[in-house]
Formats: sequence, C-alpha cells, structure tokens
Amino acid sequence: MILLWMIIVLLAGGLLCWLLGRQSAGYARWTALLTVSADMVLACCLCWLYHEFPDKSSWFINYQINWIPSMGVSLHVALDGFGMVLLLLTFFLGILAVLCSWNEIRERAGFYYFNLLWTLAGISGVFVAMDLFLFYFCWEVMLIPMYLLIILWGDSRRRYAAYKFFLFTQAGSLLMLLSILAVYFIHGQQTGLYTFDYFELLRTTFQSGTAWWIMAGFMIAFTIKLPMVPFHNWLPDAHSEAPTAGSLLLAGLLLKTGAYGIIRFVLPLLPEASVAISWWAMLFGVIGIIYGAFLAFSQTDIKRLIAYTSVSHMGFVLTGIFSFSEIAMQGVVMQMLTHGLSTGALFVMAGMLKERLHTRDITKMGGLWTSMPAMGGAAILFTMASSGLPLLGNFIAELFILLGTFTVNVLFSVLASVGLVLSALYGLRLLQRVFMGAIVVTNPVRDLSTREMLIMAALSVSIVALGLYPQPVIDTVHHLSFTLQPLLHE
Amino acid sequence: MSELQLLSLLPFMVLAVASLVVILLIAFRASHTVIQVTGFIMMCLVVLATWYVKDTLPRLVPPLFIVDGQAALFTGLIIFSVLVVGLLSYIYFEEREENPKEYYILLFLATLGGAILTISQHFISFFIGLELLSVSLYALIAYLRTRNHAVEAGMKYLVLAAMSSAFLLFGMALIYMETGTMTFPGIAEKLTDGISSPLFLFGTGAMIVAIGFKLGLVPFHLWIADVYQGSPSPVTAFIATTSKIGAFAVLLRFAQTVNLHEYPLMITVFSVIAVASMVMGNVLALRQQNLKRLLAYSSIAHFGYLLVAFLTGSKAGTEATIFYLAAYSITLLAAFGVIVLLSTGDEEADRIENYQGLIWRKPVLGTILTVALFSLAGIPLTAGFLAKFMVLSAGVQQSQWPLLIVLVLTSVIGLYYYLRIISTLFATADRPVNIPGPRHPFFYFSTYAALVVLAGALCWLGVFPGMVLQGIRSFLLLH
Repeated sequence: MILLWMIIVLLAGGLLCWLLGRQSAGYARWTALLTVSADMVLACCLCWLYHEFPDKSSWFINYQINWIPSMGVSLHVALDGFGMVLLLLTFFLGILAVLCSWNEIRERAGFYYFNLLWTLAGISGVFVAMDLFLFYFCWEVMLIPMYLLIILWGDSRRRYAAYKFFLFTQAGSLLMLLSILAVYFIHGQQTGLYTFDYFELLRTTFQSGTAWWIMAGFMIAFTIKLPMVPFHNWLPDAHSEAPTAGSLLLAGLLLKTGAYGIIRFVLPLLPEASVAISWWAMLFGVIGIIYGAFLAFSQTDIKRLIAYTSVSHMGFVLTGIFSFSEIAMQGVVMQMLTHGLSTGALFVMAGMLKERLHTRDITKMGGLWTSMPAMGGAAILFTMASSGLPLLGNFIAELFILLGTFTVNVLFSVLASVGLVLSALYGLRLLQRVFMGAIVVTNPVRDLSTREMLIMAALSVSIVALGLYPQPVIDTVHHLSFTLQPLLHE
Repeated sequence: MSELQLLSLLPFMVLAVASLVVILLIAFRASHTVIQVTGFIMMCLVVLATWYVKDTLPRLVPPLFIVDGQAALFTGLIIFSVLVVGLLSYIYFEEREENPKEYYILLFLATLGGAILTISQHFISFFIGLELLSVSLYALIAYLRTRNHAVEAGMKYLVLAAMSSAFLLFGMALIYMETGTMTFPGIAEKLTDGISSPLFLFGTGAMIVAIGFKLGLVPFHLWIADVYQGSPSPVTAFIATTSKIGAFAVLLRFAQTVNLHEYPLMITVFSVIAVASMVMGNVLALRQQNLKRLLAYSSIAHFGYLLVAFLTGSKAGTEATIFYLAAYSITLLAAFGVIVLLSTGDEEADRIENYQGLIWRKPVLGTILTVALFSLAGIPLTAGFLAKFMVLSAGVQQSQWPLLIVLVLTSVIGLYYYLRIISTLFATADRPVNIPGPRHPFFYFSTYAALVVLAGALCWLGVFPGMVLQGIRSFLLLH
C-alpha cells in the first residue's frame, strides 16, 4: 500500500501545485519540493527497513487490489532491490529537478510543477507496477506531462522536439501494448486465467515463433526509450529543447525505464528469445557506444553534446544486459544510477550556463573558469565521471560491464573499451571549449548560488560515494543474479 | 401484438410523441425555452421508459422489431447523445436570429429514426428508420440556410444520401429475390445451406455502400468533411454520434443475424474498408486547419478502428464496439460542446487559430477540450484509451495481426494532428480573442456544467471502467 501512497502523494501534490500556482509561484515551488521530499523520506525509510532480503524471495513489498476485475487487471505493486534503487534515484533526481527549476520557471509555475510531479509519478509507477496493464498505464502517464514540459517551457525548436519525442515513444508503446495483449491471451488460453499479473504471466510458455514477435514488440518500445542506435533520433532534440529539469528527468530517469523494462520484463518473460537475439543486441549496443561518442565529439550545442553521450552510455547498458553475465548485470545497474547522476549533473550545468549566457553554443563560451571557478570544478568532476575515471561511480559501472562482456565476446568488449577513450575525447573537448581557453564572454557572469551549489554538492557527493563504496548497491540488486541468471543459462 | 410487446416499444413511442408534443407547442406559440425544457423532459422520459422496460427484455415484436439488451444499449447511447445535443442547441440557436423551434421536431424525428435502426430486424423497418434519419438530416444540415456552406452541405448530403438509399433498396431487392424474405432471421435461415450465392453477396455489397456512406467510411466518405463543416455545430455533433450509432447498430444486427463473418469475401471487403478508412482518415486529417473538418476526418479513422472490433465477430468484439461508441460519443459531444460555447452569432469557432492559448484564457473549456483530444488520441487516463485497448484486445484474441498493426501505425499518425491542436491550446495567445460573455446565463452554465460532467465521465471511464463494462456485459446477456 505504501507504494501506492507514494504515487498518490505525487499525483495529489501535482494537483495542489496547479491550484496553488495560480496564487503564487512560490507556493507551487515549495509544495513540489515538499511532496518529492516526503516521497524521498518514505523511500529512505523503506530502504532502511528492508536492507536485507526476506527469505527466499527478492520481494520486500507485494501489494495487490482489484482494479478492473472483468479484464483481470489489478493494482499490483511490488518492490525488490532493483526497484528500490531506481525509486531512490527517481526521488533524488526529482528533488534536484524541482530545485534546478526554482528560478528558471517564471511563467505558469503551478502547471509546470504539476507536470513535473506527474512525470515523476508515472516513472515511479513504472518501477513498481507488477501488472502489465498498470505498467503500460504508468508508461503512458509519464509521457504526456513530459511532452507538455517540453512543448511549453522548452527552447525555440520545442514543438518539433516534443512531437518527435511523443510520436517515437508512442509508436513503440503501442507495439508493446500489442505484445502485452498477446502475452495476456496466450497465458489465458494456456491456463484459463485471464490476467495481466506479472507473476502469473511469468509462467507462460511460448512457441519460439510467437515469442520472437512478442519480444519484438517489447524490445522496440524499450530500445526507443533506451535509446538504441537506429531509434535514438528523438533523443538529441528532446534533450536539447527541454527545460533543464526536463532534460534532467529525461536523461536521468526516462532512459532508465527502457533498461528497466528489458531487465524486468523481456528477459524473464522470454528468456529463450532473449538469448537468441543477444548477439545482435550487443552489437547494436557497441555501435551505440562508438557512434554516440563520435557524434558527441562533433556537436557544438552543449545540450546536444551531452545528449549524445547518453546514447553512448546507454550502449554500455544494452551490451551489459545482453551479455547475461552476473557481473555485467551489476555493472548495468550501477551504470543506470551513475549515468543518471553524472549526465543529470551535466544537464543541470548546461541549464545554468544557458540561464547566464542565453546560449547553448559552446563556440560562444570559453574561459569561463576565471569567472566561475566553482562551476568549473564541478564540471571537471562530472566530465571525468562521464569519461569513466576511477574514484567515480561510472568507472565501476563501465568496468563491470566490460569485464562481464569480455567473458562472452572479446571483440565487443574491446570495441566497447574504445568508447571509453572516445569519451575522454569529447569530455576534454567540452571542458576545453567552455571553461578553458581564451575568454570569449566579456560581461561578468556570476558563479554558483547557494541553491545551485547545494544541487552540485549533492550530486558530487553521491557520485563519489558510489565510486568509492558501491557495495550497498551491488548487494541490493544481488537478487537479479538468482532470479534472472538461471533462466538465461538453462 | 400483445401487451408486453407494446410495452417493450414504450421508449420508442415516447420518442415519437416527443416530436408531436413539440409540434403542438409550436402551434400554441410556446417560447424556445419552453420547447427546450419540454424536449429535455421528454428525452428523460425516454430514458426512464427504457429503464422501466429493461426487465421485460428481450422481446420479439415480429416481424419488424426485436428489442433486446443490445438495442437498449444503443438506444440509450442515442438518447444520451441527443440530450446533450439538445442542450447545446439552445445556446447555439439563441445566438442566431433564425427561428429555432422547428429544429427540435426534426431533431427528435431523426432520433426516432436512429432508435428504430437499433431495434429493426426487417428490411422495412431498417429502411424506414434510415430514411427518417436521413430526411430529417437534410433539413437539419441546411437549417441555417443563410449561412455560408449550409446549403452546399445540405445539397451534398441530400444527393449522396439519396443515392446511397437507392443502393440500399437495390441490395435489399436482390437479397429478397434470392431468399424470398425480408426479415434478418428469415434470411439467415435460408442461407444455412452454406452456399454463398452471388446474388446475396452482391446485395449485401450494395447495402454496405449505403451503410458505409452513413458511417463515412472510405471510399464513401466524400461528403463528410463538407457536411461537418457546413452544418450547425450541434447538428454536426448529432451526425457524428446519433446517426452513426444508429447505422452501426443495424449493421451489427444484420451481421450477427446472418453470420456475415462466415463469408470470406465479406471479411475481405470489410478489412479493405477498415484499412482504407484508418489510413485515409488519419492522413487527410493531418493538414486540416479547421477543427470541424479535422474531426470529420478523424471520425473516418475512428470508424475504421471500430470496424476492426466489428470484424472479430466475437462477443468481446461486440462489447468493445459498444464501449468504443460510448467513449467516442462522450468525447465528441464534449469537443463540440466547447466549439458551441466558443462560437459567436456571426462566427463559428472552427478555425484552429481560434483555439490559440485557450487553456490560459478559459482554463475550464481548455481542459475539457484537451481531455477530449487526449481521449480521441487514445491516451491513458481517458476513456478513449480504454476503448482502443478493448478494440486491440478483441483483435488480438482473434489474431487479426495485419489489421492491428495498421491500427497501431495509423493511430501514431493520428497522434500528430491531435498533438497539433493540443499544442495550439497551450501556446501563448498572441492576440486577445474576445469571447462573448454569457447571454443566457442559465443555459450557458448548465451547458458548461454538462461539459464538465462529460469530461469527468471521460476520465472516470478511463480509470474505473469496471462498472460500465459490467453494465454492458449484463445488458448483452439479455439476448
């Protein structure tokens, strides 16, 4: 029940923001901040309560009530370590998203926070829903407010970006809906029980031809979200045009839902089909790593640059997932967290630069270190994190993924490591162009304010902490190895 | 005819009496308000009567009618739509100087025609119902005859509807020639040999032309955009809901009775029509600058989706079609309600620019229209999503993969133009558009309230459809 409450709190908080926002933007901001913080506190309590697994099952909480009984739909929410980690990330980034739009959003603030909170509600719903109908429902709920965020508060090309984002994701999710329905009916025909319940559906067996098509539906939806290379087209536009908090949520959370979907649904539901396509998935992952890195290197728009690094980093996730090795899976979860933090931080920084300089073009920046040493320091930290330097969380993640992949396919592992070198290239180029070099911006630029310092500090502390002591995360998601691996290695 | 049979026709008799009452009221020079209120009460009486006779169903009234749960559901939907259309009409016609009183006679007669279609199981009642509906619509469409486009729309509808009636009669005659009977069950009996005779198939084909015309399916869709644009907005809402529900009900009844799904040729024909409607409707709507025309093209697509559920020929399919029609009618009524409230005496609010920044100027109306558009686009939290979901699920159950893939891909195209309007709604208004204050406060606010209720119903159906689904199911068991 507490999981449902988390979502309800966000939804209600969103409505309240909208109502209060008509009085004053300040009320809306504070309501939003309090709402997300309340959820963060709840999630932390849960984390503290359930720091060890209950016996023989990886599920801490499992709650189910009827929703539409005639169709076998229930409000089934459950939480395991994997979901827990992602929920914590969601609320953490949620707080930062509210904080970083504190001064950026001046128009229609109430409606803005409404959309922000509803996106968060959809995302947390996705991470806890254990009913495929509910999952699809939440999957869509996070989409519309995000679309509104981009189209209302985005930059100059926001309409184009928002349409593209919406159409790409919606095309994928409708195909996924077909797959969900196919699973539903096949399960119903086999057992006589028509239900969308995840745990029931796990028992379905599929013929290999059908399984392939069902998997195609799921994979298209998830790889569009992830994004995998041929489907990544929406991402640079959406990321660069969205307001700062929008980019933060997109990069930090929405992309993770794709990876989450593959790990939670595709692998356990369709293990044989997943094994069958693993080589191709890894190939596309590796292509993504290198292609994303090259494109990032050639961008001049700072937000597009960061967006392409996401393509590259998500390539690691895809490769890691489909290597089916335990250590790579741990790396994947780490990558999901650390990419959320590091890329999120870079987007926040891009937002701050945009607020000060009113441009995203890195050729118009340069030598900013002299006026903003604090931000420069943070920028170095997070570009280094993004390039996978030791001490920082991303290093652990990428190392684990490469290690895991190496045992399966040496060539892919080697090629993926090339991506690390390339990431140093684009990272250094970014630093060089923005903070070093000749001073281009002559008017005085103010350094980080206390609020911004707070955001950066929170992000820096967590990324360093994850780099130095990743064991708690690895322990929490350890159960993936005994729920997933046996299925895949049979 | 026994007493019980008469009783089961009670709602339809009340409906017929309604138009007579309006005629009398006009003879006694009653005001528009009185007629409107009386009409409203009469429609409520019809609903009550339907509720009253519900327990005696199903009842056969040979040879013309069958009153069963399915018919009751469709009639209920029709009456519900007319209730809202009637409410919208008051404000709309009061703003314009033309005398609106006869309008209500025509409206109720057309409704009667639609309602008769839902219970007919005989070619005669089928034809009478359809003609009653069409003839009233000719006049309704061109009612504001001094306005632009009105006469054009009326003429277009008249010529094409007359032609489609001719097709219908020809088809009926061919089937009669083959089977020697005009009742649906009789035809079904004659066809049990399983021989699909060319005459029967050709006759059905000709009837499909007529029904396809009424439903606005491709390739019989040429009238739809002009008529939607040229008619007064409440009449457009009426055509989009009542007239189509009636035509669809009779198609469903005919198909169920004669087992149309057992003829591969018919399946092919309907599949082709469905695919063509989904593709053409969505593609043609893409560049429309007029909201009413856009809704016209989107309705082509929506009836294409509906045909996918119809093609399954299963119980789940029937349930899906009824839920779909319910969701679709509520959605369209809400959308047209907003159009009516924003229209002024001289100008129809149908250009998309009229809606720029609506959500900031008129938050409530803006939200209602947004919800309606999301519902049309089939986005969760609205009834439209659940309706589409049920259509998809009926299709998946029967493994109609090609149709489903087309449905999915075309609805992505469809999303584009819905999003286009939604983004216009949310855009910043660059020029203040003056909207008239309420001239008839009581009706203005009751319309307003009705729209809020409709939008609420859309969300409620989208989140908690359980009760309605149960209701539909229990009615369908009344066969």
